[in-house]
Amino acid sequence: MSAVELENLTLARGRRTILSGVNATIGDGEFIGVFGPNGAGKSTLLHAILGLLPPASGAIRVFGKPPGNGTAQAGYLPQKRAGIVDLRLRGWDLVASAYQGNRWGPPVLGARGRGEVAWALATVEATALAERPLSQLSGGELQRVLLAQALLGKPRLLLLDEPFISLDPRYQQAVVALIKRVQSALGITVLLTAHELNPLLGFMDRVLYLGHGRAALGTTEEVITSEVLSRLYDAPIEVLRLNGRIVVVAAHGDVEAEAHRHDA
Amino acid sequence: MLEYDFMQTAFEAGTAVAIVAGAVGYFLVLRNLAFAGHALSHVGFAGATGAVLLGVGPFWGLIAFTVAGGIGMGLLGDQLRGRDIAVGIMLSLSLGLGVLFLHLYTTYATQATSLLFGNVLGVSPENLRDMLVLGAITLASLTAIARPLIFATLDPELAEAKGVSLRLIAVLFLIIVAVAVAEAVQVVGILLVFALMVGPAAAALRCTTRLKSGLALSAIFAVVETWAGIALAYVTDWPPSFWITLLSAVVYGLAFLPALLPRASPA
Repeated sequence: MSAVELENLTLARGRRTILSGVNATIGDGEFIGVFGPNGAGKSTLLHAILGLLPPASGAIRVFGKPPGNGTAQAGYLPQKRAGIVDLRLRGWDLVASAYQGNRWGPPVLGARGRGEVAWALATVEATALAERPLSQLSGGELQRVLLAQALLGKPRLLLLDEPFISLDPRYQQAVVALIKRVQSALGITVLLTAHELNPLLGFMDRVLYLGHGRAALGTTEEVITSEVLSRLYDAPIEVLRLNGRIVVVAAHGDVEAEAHRHDA
Repeated sequence: MLEYDFMQTAFEAGTAVAIVAGAVGYFLVLRNLAFAGHALSHVGFAGATGAVLLGVGPFWGLIAFTVAGGIGMGLLGDQLRGRDIAVGIMLSLSLGLGVLFLHLYTTYATQATSLLFGNVLGVSPENLRDMLVLGAITLASLTAIARPLIFATLDPELAEAKGVSLRLIAVLFLIIVAVAVAEAVQVVGILLVFALMVGPAAAALRCTTRLKSGLALSAIFAVVETWAGIALAYVTDWPPSFWITLLSAVVYGLAFLPALLPRASPA
């Protein structure tokens, strides 16, 4: 069974159409890098797969079922995490807060909940880290704790929205390697959005590239080409391959800057 | 000193209020809403004095206004961020209205001090009963929403993605805060609510990084400060509100000591 199926999918936020008529099938156990310029709809697509944004038309199927209350099967790492950084609370409590955190009642985890938290932390090698206050963690360490939180409930699908956004390059490599290890060990499907291709080369099975409402899914060689990207950006694009790295350049200038932006 | 009925009542009322203030205050500080708690108590002043003018008990006017204020703040939510000036103007308007109501009902003016600065030694047995019932309701409500409240507080983005309504949680929590504030006013008064709701919680957050220990410690600090404050007031004949605010400041200051000392050895 495929993990995620997008069938003639159109997504809109208000009156603005974000994706239109997208078809894509992501297999169970694939590691997919999701790319595209700012505003191309990377986060919006993840929201839709979580069931937070109903399709304007077309269909989304997650393991054969429409998303929605079945979000339990998808782990999610949101992009924006405003308040966490300066909390003088240990990581363990942050991870535990997500365990059935949408139910009313007192925050009693029980043996099962505590076991689940311990498993998630051990899976990302963050058991010791989780005892330290969040305010003292580096960006990479914090990302590991947050990854543990996303793994609660043993999801078969992991949606990671810009996990590298505030990491310096040496941590990016460590985090992507960890995500890959977790993905292989648990045999789960990963959709990861990012601005830069290069840190993910060698880790991704396929690439989903979004632009101008359209999408292209395929291997890096198939998708990251001048023809495909020029069509998605609606502007002439050149793709250069240098020593195993890929550089995307616009003939008119501004795409390169876009591809290397870390904000927004 | 416990042979006096008013002292017994003071200790009982103080304990109930302190537990509620400590527990609610912990979440208030975690959610960066300390100033909101302060503002809510001031909104209550207009309600309390206005109620007296209408011939209703001041406590019910107080609670009606703080709850209305809490709902308003919860609904505004993030739009309130960075609006210190608007909140401050509302706050001074409420105090100003309170002054007007006091002026119109001149015989009540002597009670203004106890509203503003608290009068835990003047709690009547009927007041105590109301306070115990409200305290129990507040704690029960806080327990009922604790799980999604913690989730929404620590990780609003993920909580929203998992179906938690951030706005509903914010409104429910601020109603609980409003009731807790109205209770705390009985002990330390409108102007000093910060001492009981924010001081112990902030100190607890300095002392432990564990959520449940912090919550318990916050309530314990509040209770100990209140007990000691009432006892010291009995001995010195100085107002209990003074002692409670002093102890709150001292405990908060002491909570910074471990961070200032040189580290002995890695644990």
